[in-house]
Amino acid sequence: MALEKITSVTGKGVYVPGSDIDTDRIIPARFMKCVTFDGLGEFLFYDVRHHEDGSLKEHPLNDPKHAEATILISGVNFGCGSSREHAPQALNKAGFKAVIAQSFAEIFFGNCGTLGMPCVAATAEDIEKLGAAVRANPDLKITIDVEKNRVFYGDENFTVHLPDSAREAFLSARWDPIGELLEGEADIEATAAKLPYMAR
Amino acid sequence: MSQSLFEKVWDAHTVRQLSNGQTQLLIGTHLIHEVTSPQAFGMLRDLGLKVKYPNRTFATVDHIVPTQSQVEPFADPLAQEMINALRQNCEEFGVTFFDINTGHQGIVHVVGPEQGITQPGTTIACGDSHTATHGAFGAIAFGIGTTQIRDLLATQTMAMTKLKVRRINVEGELPPGVYAKDVILHIIKLLGAKGGIGYAYEYGGSVFDNFTMEERMTVCNMSIEGGARCGYVNPDEKTFEYLEGRPYCPQGEEWDEAVERWKAMASDPDCEYDDVVDIRAEDIAPSVTWGISPDHGIFVNETIPDPAQESDPDKRTSIEEALEYMKLPAGAPIEGTPVDVCFIGSCTNGRLSDFREAAKYLKGHQVAEGVKAIAVPGSQVVDQLCKSEGIDQVFRDAGFEWREAGCSMCLAMNPDKLIGDQLCASSSNRNFKGRQGSPTGRTILMSPVMVAAAAVTGKVTDAREVFHVGETAGV
Repeated sequence: MALEKITSVTGKGVYVPGSDIDTDRIIPARFMKCVTFDGLGEFLFYDVRHHEDGSLKEHPLNDPKHAEATILISGVNFGCGSSREHAPQALNKAGFKAVIAQSFAEIFFGNCGTLGMPCVAATAEDIEKLGAAVRANPDLKITIDVEKNRVFYGDENFTVHLPDSAREAFLSARWDPIGELLEGEADIEATAAKLPYMAR
Repeated sequence: MSQSLFEKVWDAHTVRQLSNGQTQLLIGTHLIHEVTSPQAFGMLRDLGLKVKYPNRTFATVDHIVPTQSQVEPFADPLAQEMINALRQNCEEFGVTFFDINTGHQGIVHVVGPEQGITQPGTTIACGDSHTATHGAFGAIAFGIGTTQIRDLLATQTMAMTKLKVRRINVEGELPPGVYAKDVILHIIKLLGAKGGIGYAYEYGGSVFDNFTMEERMTVCNMSIEGGARCGYVNPDEKTFEYLEGRPYCPQGEEWDEAVERWKAMASDPDCEYDDVVDIRAEDIAPSVTWGISPDHGIFVNETIPDPAQESDPDKRTSIEEALEYMKLPAGAPIEGTPVDVCFIGSCTNGRLSDFREAAKYLKGHQVAEGVKAIAVPGSQVVDQLCKSEGIDQVFRDAGFEWREAGCSMCLAMNPDKLIGDQLCASSSNRNFKGRQGSPTGRTILMSPVMVAAAAVTGKVTDAREVFHVGETAGV
């Protein structure tokens, strides 16, 4: 279970503006009828990218200029609603490695963390500026420096917020916590032994 | 030192601190369903791990179950594959499964309390964001992702950062025709869809003291719609009365001991909160949503927001986007908006008291022509209780379809879906774009009695007027 340290993420971006983009929108429920996460990538944001007859709508994710994007840029409360890990999995399977948004819903944020996808928060102003830069130049190289809490692109850079616990997990290669959780076995059993309902 | 229930439960379940500063938290009760668990069992197999405490995981099947007939094989082979996978996983790993043939199947957040699995002072997690429902019993309960389901199966613990606690007091007396659903829609409207991020919500005050357990569940259920991962009410005599004698609750002497422990878990009267919000019950009226986020709420007698009146450009854009999707006119009254479908059910409002209350008013009324109305009990037990009281017949006589237990049209993973841009008056919890199964389908959230009123008039209606609420006894 050796994980890699995640000190930075570099790639091209795509700007999907909007507030309260929920996980139903990221992956509609009908695509969750599956017993593995394989193949979810193609249904990412399906209903906002397709007309009901299946033809493509105008959407940044349908723009061939952004086909190589690995960093998604968005607004406030990104990933709200359902706890479905299918949403970060769909992003991941579609090639995304990180999200920069104004803020994140908590469950979504945690789910992304365990997949090794940093979600960093920035101000509306910085996001708007970065979004405009990405629109103007889809090949723009963006770097999220996890260690320094900063995003760099072109000649610009800005501060982002990432909770210390998440940053530490990425930097120490413990973003998937299972290894460390398993190491706590004796403490788990001691804690459980003090709780009568655990025995039932 | 004085502590809140959240802090007491957190401390009692803290295993140790992890290297990144998070807490390794013991989750005593793990609930699973068919949609978010199969991949977790797959990961477990890949890692060669077993379920550490199989006696502390409980499964049911709810999201994909057809409600017209639960007879297998299901018409949808993917749905059948999912229930088969859950059966196999539960059998292989020794997990209790409230399967369709048990008479106890239903929505996971209805089944847990019903079976007495949900208990005060415990930690509960489920791969479902509405897990906060169980907080009604004074449990710390929250939704998790599939990788965390794997963590719980393998270790009964997860990595978590401690939440702050916001106390929300609702004091006074709710006016007639105002329900728990209206209270939570009002709270979400006031504090916003992201207002609760980083917080656990502790609900209290005279309104919650007077609420039944089912009403408390309705409020806690929608905590996540306000951004709060968990919400709870301190346990009291009503909590114990509800739980006593339920299958998974302690019995005899053990029961008495448990009640003493549970009482001690309630927040100390002088404990400090990170934030306190006070709301007057008299200020709350029957509520409906007009947009595409649960915080897009108004009282039924108010008008739809007008983006032209909004000075904040972000909010203006958000209102415009919502109204374009909802095809509703800015500034017009919401009352009178024609509805196509009416849905009573879900983990928010699919319990006995929800159907009982709606049935009380539906008697003698007929569903309006052209409206499709369905009632979906939250569990097989709720279904049986409704049938024993003749409630199902009242619904049928009024022109509703009475279905079998499941999540149904709340998220439309089964055949119950909106078609095209149908507008649904719904007792569920989310009005997101496409939530009810059609990419252009529209949802207006409201209480079950308000859905009943919409069903009989064919439009969004103030239930207090159509049903003369408050003029009859027993409201």
